[in-house]
Amino acid sequence: MENWKQNPRVFWTLGIPPSLWLLAFFIIPLGFLFVMSFSDKAMVDGQVSITGYDYLTGITNYIRAFDSLYLGIMWKSVWISALATALCLLTAYPIAFGICFAQDKWKPLLLLLVVLPFWINLLIRTYALIAVFRTQGYVNKILGVVGLGPYEMLYNNFAVIFGLVYVYMPFMVLPLYATIERLDKSYLEASLDLGGSQFQTFLRVTVPLTMPGIISGIILVFIPCLGSFLTPDLLGGANALMIGNVIERQFKAANDWPFGSALSFLLMYATFGALALRYLFTLRSKGVDV
Amino acid sequence: MSEAIVSIRNVTKAFPGGVTAVDNVSLDIAQNEFFALLGPSGCGKTTLLRMISGLETPTAGGILIGGEDMAYTPPNKRPTNMVFQSYAVFPHMTVEQNVGYGLKVTGVASDEIKRRVGEALEMVKLTALATRKPDQMSGGQRQRVALARALVKRPKVLLLDEPLSALDAKLRDDMRMELTRLQETVGITFIIVTHDQDEALSMASRIAVMDKGAVQQVATPAELYEQPKNRFVADFIGKVNLIEARVHRQIGRKIDCELKGVGRMELNSDNLVGAQVSVAVRPEKLKIATSEPTSAVRVQGKVRDVAYYGDTSHVVIEAGDGLDLSVNVQNDTRLGGAGVERGQQVWVYWAPEDSIVLTE
Repeated sequence: MENWKQNPRVFWTLGIPPSLWLLAFFIIPLGFLFVMSFSDKAMVDGQVSITGYDYLTGITNYIRAFDSLYLGIMWKSVWISALATALCLLTAYPIAFGICFAQDKWKPLLLLLVVLPFWINLLIRTYALIAVFRTQGYVNKILGVVGLGPYEMLYNNFAVIFGLVYVYMPFMVLPLYATIERLDKSYLEASLDLGGSQFQTFLRVTVPLTMPGIISGIILVFIPCLGSFLTPDLLGGANALMIGNVIERQFKAANDWPFGSALSFLLMYATFGALALRYLFTLRSKGVDV
Repeated sequence: MSEAIVSIRNVTKAFPGGVTAVDNVSLDIAQNEFFALLGPSGCGKTTLLRMISGLETPTAGGILIGGEDMAYTPPNKRPTNMVFQSYAVFPHMTVEQNVGYGLKVTGVASDEIKRRVGEALEMVKLTALATRKPDQMSGGQRQRVALARALVKRPKVLLLDEPLSALDAKLRDDMRMELTRLQETVGITFIIVTHDQDEALSMASRIAVMDKGAVQQVATPAELYEQPKNRFVADFIGKVNLIEARVHRQIGRKIDCELKGVGRMELNSDNLVGAQVSVAVRPEKLKIATSEPTSAVRVQGKVRDVAYYGDTSHVVIEAGDGLDLSVNVQNDTRLGGAGVERGQQVWVYWAPEDSIVLTE
């Protein structure tokens, strides 16, 4: 395949439709939100207008976003997402490893099992989790048999973290699987042959060499966790608000688009920060394909 | 021969799915030997090497290393180290870190690691590249890293899996000499796996020729070439003319036999009356004459092909009865060449004692 300079017509034919699509449905709306985040609701006859705005009035929305209430929720969103991501990694690594070392004929089936939940609507899966964890749910029924419980397991941080781990697990398994599968097993054999124990081999060879997959998995799980609103809304209720829920409320219940936009952009900057960290890591780990 | 450092006793390796990679192999490898496992791909030589290293466990049999049965000892507890075919130099470590890895994980003190890594790098002439990462190095340099990394552990046995196969021709010749030099310097037993007979013949002190999971013959390079035990070895090592023959009678220690396409003759061999045997003759032992020679073994034929290789010419001669004979002619004068042309009628002859009678 030559580069686009040798074949400009192919480049433009293939490049223009998606570019137009992105422009119309992503860049322009995003630009609109960006402008909105620096705007205020218009005042009509001493009343706050429902639909009118005074555009580009200043950074009052951002100042408001740094109120301790919102900072607290933002911080909570970060640590819940971080914890969920860490749990995802801890669970997904052995799963991915297991699939890689399974017999070839089983691999497609095992991968299918990992991806299978995607075929079911997120809302239905989340309601299913409620059925499992509610006070009269399956877990409490089983615990009841041995005389324990019932426990209140829903509407707290635990439920939210569990829900996030459950929903985003495949995003961790798949990149890990891809890197472990590509990992030349002779590196592991060499480490063992040189006297390394299984544990040392894992820490000093396997983990560093699969770091690209680990980083990709972390990014792919952490970012959507940070912005998630359905899972904390259904499983966390009022006790476990995340920033996604706050943003949703600004756009819907509170009808405060300027403030919602400002919060959205702050969340986006946090995401950029995470991606920048990944880029720095890529620069540092030259020699291992990322 | 001094005492065996590696003793392989009736080792069998069957993989799930019914493939028997190694079938009841017994071998003794002596201290300080440069031993080669030679055979076509799929003959089980790599599996055998991996069982010596501990990366595979045998289905049956014992593997004694330094007199101790280690057939089921994990690789990190064995006094063997391996140079992998792909080198397996850790890409996330520098050359120094790679070489020091095996010492670090076994808890050697850091100043001793530093000293021994320095020595090892000097031995393979990589001192200048100590802080490089493997992706900034050529294949030959990476192989030296792999060698240093294994030798720094001071193993009793160094295992090399096809060490030269990934190098280009020029580098391969250099490395071949370097390996021989290294082996003499460090005085460690080397076991090398190769499918390349030139590699095995030029480096090894003894060679085990393997086929279909079994050892066909264990001998020095010269013995393998001049006294192959069976058709497979004769054919695998070097080029050979294999001529079918029928034994008529025994005369003392000789047999009177009929060579297909050549005729009746007497050859040195033990009692084989009535047997169907093969007679093997190396192409360079055959001579071409334009007039009838006096040798007892001679056959007339037509030159079918002459291939010129500079130092030698390879001539194919059609004798009777569908027999083709390959003859290597030394081009020992500048203007002579092979001295024959395609289509020419010539005589081929050889000394009877250059015939090898094979029964298997």
